[in-house]
Amino acid sequence: MASTDMADKDVLVDIFTRADLIMQSDIKFRQMIGAGQLQIVYYPVRGQEVVSSAMMAAVNQDDYLVTIYRGLHDQLAKGIPSKELWAEFAGKVTGTCKGKGGPMHITHPATGVMVTTGIVGSGIPIANGLGLASQLEKDGKVTVCCFGDGATNIGAFHEGLNMAQIWKLPVIFLCQNNLYGEHTHMRDTTGSASIKQRGEGLGMRSVQVNGNDAGAMYAAAKEAVEYARAGHGPTLIEAMTFRFHGHLLGDTSHYIPKEEMEQAKKDDPMPILRQQLLDLQISEADIAAIEAKNAAIIAEASQFALDSDYPPGDEYRIDVLDVEIAA
Amino acid sequence: MSETAEKPKDIMFAQALNMAMNKAMADDPKVILLGEDIADKEGGGVFKVTAGLSGTYGTDRVRSTPISEQAIVGAAVGAALVGYKPVAEIMLMNFITVAMDQIVNHAAKLRFMSGGQTSVPLTIRTTTGAGTGLGGQHSDMLEAWLAHVPGLKVVAASNPQDAYGLLYSSIMDDNPVIFIENTPGYFVKGPAPAADHTVPLGKASIPREGTDITLIGYGSSISRCHAAADKLAEDGISCEIVDLRTIAPFDEETVLKSVAKTKAAVVVHEAVRSFGAGAEISSRIHEELFSDLRAPVGRVGSGYAPVPFSPTIEKAWMFSQDDIEREVHKILG
Repeated sequence: MASTDMADKDVLVDIFTRADLIMQSDIKFRQMIGAGQLQIVYYPVRGQEVVSSAMMAAVNQDDYLVTIYRGLHDQLAKGIPSKELWAEFAGKVTGTCKGKGGPMHITHPATGVMVTTGIVGSGIPIANGLGLASQLEKDGKVTVCCFGDGATNIGAFHEGLNMAQIWKLPVIFLCQNNLYGEHTHMRDTTGSASIKQRGEGLGMRSVQVNGNDAGAMYAAAKEAVEYARAGHGPTLIEAMTFRFHGHLLGDTSHYIPKEEMEQAKKDDPMPILRQQLLDLQISEADIAAIEAKNAAIIAEASQFALDSDYPPGDEYRIDVLDVEIAA
Repeated sequence: MSETAEKPKDIMFAQALNMAMNKAMADDPKVILLGEDIADKEGGGVFKVTAGLSGTYGTDRVRSTPISEQAIVGAAVGAALVGYKPVAEIMLMNFITVAMDQIVNHAAKLRFMSGGQTSVPLTIRTTTGAGTGLGGQHSDMLEAWLAHVPGLKVVAASNPQDAYGLLYSSIMDDNPVIFIENTPGYFVKGPAPAADHTVPLGKASIPREGTDITLIGYGSSISRCHAAADKLAEDGISCEIVDLRTIAPFDEETVLKSVAKTKAAVVVHEAVRSFGAGAEISSRIHEELFSDLRAPVGRVGSGYAPVPFSPTIEKAWMFSQDDIEREVHKILG
């Protein structure tokens, strides 16, 4: 059951607007890669739209985000303008990072996106540093740190959560638990019954929530944000979700039992959230207008990415250090 | 012999480092220190290098941490991204191995991968060095690993004055800097720096001028270069010494200028000779000055083995003053 009572109408519309942009962007990326218009490694996010959208709806634009290579949903939900994001995915000079980061290293400080890492679990210690800076500055900001269930098996998770807890850092550790680390099911890699238990073992306030339920996810996110802003410290949110297109594009998900995938698709958070809006008397026309606006943003952004230039080769000598490296 | 009023007081290396951090923290409220046992309650650092700083600046800015090197460096990286100038102490250089992901994949690359939108003005202080029986996991010199990573600066001082100036410059630098200290050297004394003494990064010094051969070193190798040069002078050989001070990126101009003059060179470091920093420096000299050299550039380093424990094997393994003298004689024939 979806808990619509936990978030008001405007919030749900906001979450839907972000989530639909993510869903449509993911579809378009897969389409363009399939058609050979983009040659990139892509980590699909279809199925995880609501987790990020509800989380980011609960924070401000100047709050910090640290995310991972499967990060398109987090980055869009946090508000990175689509044009720059698409151009960076395509490696173009007009991208957020001048084409020097690519899909796995999206950075956009203007919307608080400070790090996207391609190393599983490594964002966690860095998120602590952002939180430490906020604690010292007393700027009231929180840091959201996204990672998957697989990251909880690497040392950085345990070191990082422990440090955040002893220092009461304003960090929200958002574990998007899609049940698979690359091709292996969580039950074969994880000694504890849940990720929440691991947080509890480290002394941290920890909650498990159906991340695909916009109202419940938003309520959990909001509570964690308020807890952190009040100076009480970090929260681990284990948001249960699923990914519909495997670890990376081209992965056939052969390791996922057919019934499990079918059930997950039946529980697709996107039509459920759309229906929730209709149930709240938001008209089909209003919803269609949101979708059309998102489609237009994506059409413009993807074309911008295709039309933009690649950076000049000499660009590799810039930004290595604070001075240009000699040719 | 009486002391004159002008003669600077001698201080230990460790004190010079403490003074540099003290000045940096006084000058800039964004300077913070993180590391195991670094606050006074825990002893002010295992070698007392941070002693007193938590008392002056508080434990918000001078934080003792759990034994979690990834978390220490990661926290320093994150704080650096938003304007702090963290100094992370990784107690011993071998412990850097468990934080290499944060150093190599993140500290070194975030400026580049973000297209210059962010930077990581972080300093990692770490100590190491053989000769006192610390064995295989507490005394490795791993500077070549770090020097090979674009985006990192690697620094090692050879005397208290330089240590003071170089550490201050490292903290204020807008790039990630690995600052390598020498454990046996902490208690070596040298002239105290003036409070405003500075040493720029990337600039070598020439502490001894000579005409026959250039000895190039850094950190713990410099005192042995001086001792060898004194001995060689008795045989009528005049050595010039280049103290790199910054290992990466190294001051090619000073090195090449000196070798162009002497037409012979030996690179000297404590690190294992094979694939060491000396190979790169030697190679650059050959590339630029091959036809001017009287003989191929020599290299002195320690043996191809982990640092041994027993004093007899450790001594045999470790580079020495004798090795330098032998190499110089070989080159000059």
